[in-house]
Amino acid sequence: MPEIVVIGAGPAGLSAAAAVRSHGQRVVLLDENPAAGGQIWRGERTAVAQGVETMFGTRALGIASAGMLLCETSESAVVLPFRKLVVATGARERFLPFPGWTLPGVFGAGGLQAMVKSGFPVDGKRVVVAGTGPLLLEVAEYLRSRGARIAIVAEQARWTSLIRFGLALRHAPSKMAQAARLAFSTLPRAGCWVTEVHGTEHVEAATLTDGRRTWREACDYVACGFHLVPNTEIAAVLGCHLEGGVVWTDDLHETSISGIYCAGEPCGIGGVDKSLIEGEIAGHAAAGRLPVARLFAKRARARRFAAALDAVTRLRPELARLAREDTIVCRCEDVPLSRIRECSDWRSAKLLTRCGMGPCQGRVCGSALESLFGWRPESVRPPVQPARAGTLAGLTGSA
Amino acid sequence: MTDRVALHIDGKTVKVSCRASVASAIWIAGGFRRSVSGQPRGPLCGMGTCFECRATVDGGKHVRTCVLTCREGMDVRTDA
Repeated sequence: MPEIVVIGAGPAGLSAAAAVRSHGQRVVLLDENPAAGGQIWRGERTAVAQGVETMFGTRALGIASAGMLLCETSESAVVLPFRKLVVATGARERFLPFPGWTLPGVFGAGGLQAMVKSGFPVDGKRVVVAGTGPLLLEVAEYLRSRGARIAIVAEQARWTSLIRFGLALRHAPSKMAQAARLAFSTLPRAGCWVTEVHGTEHVEAATLTDGRRTWREACDYVACGFHLVPNTEIAAVLGCHLEGGVVWTDDLHETSISGIYCAGEPCGIGGVDKSLIEGEIAGHAAAGRLPVARLFAKRARARRFAAALDAVTRLRPELARLAREDTIVCRCEDVPLSRIRECSDWRSAKLLTRCGMGPCQGRVCGSALESLFGWRPESVRPPVQPARAGTLAGLTGSA
Repeated sequence: MTDRVALHIDGKTVKVSCRASVASAIWIAGGFRRSVSGQPRGPLCGMGTCFECRATVDGGKHVRTCVLTCREGMDVRTDA
């Protein structure tokens, strides 16, 4: 019998696969990364539940034919039969264009952390960490543990919203303790953001402001994280209904497409606890079993944290005005803001400027344009990522 | 058993940890591809989303080197 296939081996996917296995059913867990853990546990030894079959270095592209998932490894195309699917594709960082953001040495905050976890040297380097959300503190602490010197942690939110966020954590004592510990070791500078990065071949300095005063920090790297964007592309290409930019599911995490489940960040950004719980619920449901009631209570708590996180990471309007006319917005095709301004929507920007048509397929500039102009991409079409022509020969249509 | 591997990046031999990503090795070797209009670029997302770190690896084009672990003898070309 074809098995239950889980796409994504981060917290939600690992938890879903473990729940399926707990009922003795076959489950295949696939991930494009070389190991389990997702972004949050990258580089750590992450346990996969016993009996779960894994396929790492494998990315899902779309449906080959009914009940067959088309995937690709670095060597070949793979067609995977499935009975049910759990989509646990996680999130990526939101990027905003500002002058100098295309220089080598500007990274996403989680991006630099991921790079360092896979051998990127930061020892003795001076780093500006900027953007929004608790991830900044975690990244700063990690980078410091690897020998980096943190010039500043610039948090765009005001102190008042940070305090409100802290108070909202009272329902999650472990999170509150973690936040307090991180803030103690790396005090963020609230209400402050990077306006420009300077350098010719690589980053040399960053200009920061608190809205009144503007100053320059010499640095080797800039790690900027403007919170997260859910990876909904695979769910969308499978035909799942999206609502407000996230995948719609019922209480048991089944999407609008029968037999396809979704858990974790694609259903709404909320962090690791929410992902673990949602993955577990989705795994039980995909296995045809009813999850125990306490999971739903835990999920409700995790969602309250998500709502608090959402409020604190709301971006101040100044951040959408940092890009100048000549600032590149689409990094793949080098399209500057001035050319995109001439367009009325995503579609015309794609047709007239090639914005979003390069290898990243709008994954970077898409969220930027949503922040700048309120544009949302109209549709996602297979394959969800650039693929080899030989692989595409196996792609016949939708779910 | 050694925990270091040697790979060739634009003809230059670089030794890195066997757990390092190819993107880290390229950075250590000196740099990435240029953008379509010739600007310097480097990895941004570190997790396979932005494609800025793409290179030709053992003849395979447009490989995202940040999600690829180094192997002994890999041939990497950054002009992809």
